[in-house]
Amino acid sequence: MLKRTHFKASPLPYLLVAPQIFITVAFFIWPASQAVYQSMLLEDPFGLKSEFVWFENYQLLFSDEIYFSTFLRTIVFSSLVAFLSLTVALLLAATADHVVRGTRTYRTLLIWPYAVAPVVAGTIWMFIFDPTLGIVSYMLHGIGYEWNHRLNGNQAMALIVLAATWKQISYNFLFFLAGMQAIPKSLIEAAAIDGAGPVRRFWTIIFPLISPTTFFLMVMNIVYAFFDTFGIVHAVTKGGPAKATEILVYKVYNDGFIGLDLGGSAAQSVILMLIVITLTVIQFRYIERRVEY
Amino acid sequence: MARVLIENITKSYGETEVLHGINTDIQEGEFIVIVGPSGCGKSTLLRMIAGLEEISSGTISIDDRVVNNLEPKDRDIAMVFQNYALYPHMTVFKNMAYGLQLRKFSRKDIKKRVDQAAKLLQLEELLDRKPRQLSGGQRQRVAMGRCIVREPKVFLFDEPLSNLDAKLRVQMRLELRKLHRRLKVTSIYVTHDQVEAMTLGDRLVVINAGYAEQIGTPLDLYEKPATLFVAGFLGSPAMNFIKAQISADGKQARLSDSVQIPLHTGSADCGGKEVTLGIRPEHFSLTEQGHSTLPLTVDHAEFHGADTIIYGRLPGNDELLTARLPHIHHISQDKVLHLTAAPEHIHLFDPASGKRI
Amino acid sequence: MIENRPLATWFSHAILILGVAVVAFPIWITFVGASHDAIRMTQVPLPLLPGDQFFINLKAAFVDGVGNAKEQSVGIMMFNSLIMAMMIAVGKIIISLLSAFAIVYFRFPLRMVFFWMIFVTLMLPVEVRILPTFEVVANLGMLNNYWGLTVPLIASATATFMFRQVFLTVPDELLEAARIDGAGPMRFFKDILLPVSRTNIAALFVILFIYGWNQYLWPLLITTDKSMYTIVMGIKQMLEAAEEAPEWHLIMMTTLLAMIPPVLVVIGMQKLFIKGLTETEK
Repeated sequence: MLKRTHFKASPLPYLLVAPQIFITVAFFIWPASQAVYQSMLLEDPFGLKSEFVWFENYQLLFSDEIYFSTFLRTIVFSSLVAFLSLTVALLLAATADHVVRGTRTYRTLLIWPYAVAPVVAGTIWMFIFDPTLGIVSYMLHGIGYEWNHRLNGNQAMALIVLAATWKQISYNFLFFLAGMQAIPKSLIEAAAIDGAGPVRRFWTIIFPLISPTTFFLMVMNIVYAFFDTFGIVHAVTKGGPAKATEILVYKVYNDGFIGLDLGGSAAQSVILMLIVITLTVIQFRYIERRVEY
Repeated sequence: MARVLIENITKSYGETEVLHGINTDIQEGEFIVIVGPSGCGKSTLLRMIAGLEEISSGTISIDDRVVNNLEPKDRDIAMVFQNYALYPHMTVFKNMAYGLQLRKFSRKDIKKRVDQAAKLLQLEELLDRKPRQLSGGQRQRVAMGRCIVREPKVFLFDEPLSNLDAKLRVQMRLELRKLHRRLKVTSIYVTHDQVEAMTLGDRLVVINAGYAEQIGTPLDLYEKPATLFVAGFLGSPAMNFIKAQISADGKQARLSDSVQIPLHTGSADCGGKEVTLGIRPEHFSLTEQGHSTLPLTVDHAEFHGADTIIYGRLPGNDELLTARLPHIHHISQDKVLHLTAAPEHIHLFDPASGKRI
Repeated sequence: MIENRPLATWFSHAILILGVAVVAFPIWITFVGASHDAIRMTQVPLPLLPGDQFFINLKAAFVDGVGNAKEQSVGIMMFNSLIMAMMIAVGKIIISLLSAFAIVYFRFPLRMVFFWMIFVTLMLPVEVRILPTFEVVANLGMLNNYWGLTVPLIASATATFMFRQVFLTVPDELLEAARIDGAGPMRFFKDILLPVSRTNIAALFVILFIYGWNQYLWPLLITTDKSMYTIVMGIKQMLEAAEEAPEWHLIMMTTLLAMIPPVLVVIGMQKLFIKGLTETEK
């Protein structure tokens, strides 16, 4: 945690941490505590006066069926994105690790979607699946399947899952590949001498050894699907049709900025913060266990 | 060049005291080696002299100036670290020049001093290289160079040779010795290697578990070890320790019913006592069977060329003794050798306190 | 690979090529879309091969402007994105370096308090505290300028933690040698610590540049003035403005331009990128 020899106490360290602490307080801690405070206020529709109501906003939320279904939807959405992107990435990483030649080339060709902004990814997929013009929807029409994510809620969900998965594959791929390449070659060779074929080697040696990476990625993917996909939803479906793709982070924004239900939105923020903090703690405990600090 | 005075130095981490009152007076130009097993506190002592560790109590003075509260840079010392601590992003030249730059030396002076040191250490060809392009021995020399250019009052060495391979270590040891003879800067050198300590030091400070066991020249320590620890620590193979009882007249030591050896006449006052005898392996010699010889049953022998190390047991004693005998080649197992040791080479220790009698 | 099975090798390559194709397909479509004219982009089926309008569309995006009234220059939006990405990356690196230095190399009262204050922000994305943060920025009068766009995103526990890790791996002896050589804290920071961590700084820069460039929700809220639009949010505004008949050829051109800089950074500095990614996240 600290160097063996450290500099003598002086005002200097305070000056050094000051910028970060100032920004942290002004833009993280203060707003977060404001959110907690606001979540206990009930404003009249004109925003003229507000009343301190303790946990009423939370009670309202928990008894609100719409909020409940949003929660459920977010979990389904996140699980789908995490499962699909992890599976595809694992398959690609395992094959890329297996081939002798071209691993680096494949890596280059597979990692760049990481650099594409979620909203940009959403825009492109929206174009591809545009109900009247889109290339894929045209092809689907050709085989007798009608695609219109503007009307069909399941199709809308499928589209944002697709866009979110597409963007996340490269991230997962990179970590899986790095994890696999860190496994000593001699281990794989020993297994081969023991008579294990490539597929068996993967499941009995490689997969168990990269399980820390898998766990880490699972948490990161859930965080990604919970929060970073805002841009995709906002660009592609706006939570529609009929709230079929409204996930939690979108609802916070929508209720707060569009619906102007400040107390309710703040309460939702607080719940999201608790989720993030929980995930952070899980993640950190796991890091603590692995890395010697 | 300076005199370094260490008075009653202790070091505690919280409740635990790791150094218990060390006193040493290091003379101008002396090369002193602090030696002891790992974890004995020797590095801590050196780092306290350097100003890298705080002093819990006692004083350290350099040239009659108490330096307890001075920053390392103000103590006029230079230090060679075990891992050299060369700045990885700087060339050899810059590594050596950095300390001078910070002390606002002129460009010309810096160049002059660095060139001089580089010449002395045969680093002239390497001045533009980065540390990672150097071999272990070269890095070691750069670390030396960094100290030399500063022309400090005291050199501090923290196990500087322990990262080198055996052959290079011997070579660098020689170079260090030559360098010291030439520069005559007071040097304090920490090592766990007793051979290094014996060959380099004008005087040795043997530290064990936070206590200074003995301070003296290598010869003093070898011939008159003050404690069991010093006796066992210096010399290779290590000294043999045998339990014995002194006869009432103090002239004999009884090892067992059948084995006894004569002692130096000066041991009269411990007549009748239980003692630990210390005999160095090289002080045994082969003799004819006789009244006061040690019959050693050979367990195994290692042939080293010039001499042979013999491991064996005395009757009624299960511990292996070591003897170093010249010019013996073929020794079969279970053969009995009759050994003797000159009385002046037999050391007596009090088994309870470990002190020399 | 250990055994020599040509069939398995071919199969592996087939999977990888398929993967690459799936990953690249949307980009191909974007490129194709950006190379046709407006009329072709309203005819079903849309083309699968590029047309000859690419440079005309490129000129249209930069010179004539995009959006409903053609008022929006892609050049200005890209410039804003660049400024934002640079300010966020450089700002984050500077404040994180300083605070990590203080936390690792100094022992001072409140050190752990500061450490935990930074730590609690570790994974608090701007999305979850959006409204109150917006209010703070509005109250400070930082709407519609670069400060409002960047400063709230600059405090980042991730970067601080990464530098803390890096500093902890710097051997203690280096600091001790520097102290004996006569270097004070800031000297040591500037002469030794920064040069020693330079590849980590570069790696982090790559990650943060992409992070900054791709910001969406925050600029959407902070900027109402069109001259402050960033390209990533500009695309969304173009979609919005033309709900009925989007000009897909221009939207695709803008989309392409929006992703080229970060993609080039990732591919061009792949080694640093991978280093940065694996080090900040772990």
